[in-house]
Amino acid sequence: MIEAALIFAAICYGVALLLDLWRIAVGPDASDRILALDTMVINVIGLLVIYGIGRGTAIYFEAAMLVAMVGFVSTVAYCRFLLRGDIIE
Amino acid sequence: MPFIAELIIAILLVISGVFGFVGSYGLIKLKDPLQRLHAPTKATTLGIGAVLIASMVYFVAKTGHVSVHELIITLFLFLTAPITANFIAKTYMARNLKVSDLPKSGTDYGWSVFSDPPKREPLD
Repeated sequence: MIEAALIFAAICYGVALLLDLWRIAVGPDASDRILALDTMVINVIGLLVIYGIGRGTAIYFEAAMLVAMVGFVSTVAYCRFLLRGDIIE
Repeated sequence: MPFIAELIIAILLVISGVFGFVGSYGLIKLKDPLQRLHAPTKATTLGIGAVLIASMVYFVAKTGHVSVHELIITLFLFLTAPITANFIAKTYMARNLKVSDLPKSGTDYGWSVFSDPPKREPLD
């Protein structure tokens, strides 16, 4: 039962990643693209945790933690760059 | 692993997948850029919370002792999601709106994206 639920959740997050890619491709404004990139980062965290459950190891949490931190910092850096023309003033 | 643990994990995983999909579907479905902010920052964050709870239940049922790794990721994501949403909304406003499009701020100072910050006494 867990295997079927894992496959279902992985397919859902995979399709969600494709939809985010579509928004990055057609997004009319740069803020839409930043939002889609942030959503992609969160979906990748979900996929990593699902893969960790499937393999039965806890090592993928470290990877998910790192991806979460880097994703947050990169989103803030992009927004700062568009808002102020500079990242660290 | 007991049946009830498997049932809880499977239900949480299905909830998580559905909410993650709904978040990204809203990202392409909604029309206005500020409406699009709602779907990923709320639905996808809830989906990630569900999958992290599922992982916590799985490792408790498998090894027998509680792990708090997932709580750290959950706390971090729930703290940072409003901050990124605020930054993206400010970016959109700064690039696409003018001051005349906005209502009055209701205070002595203007909106933060468009006006200078209030003058402050220098610290001694």
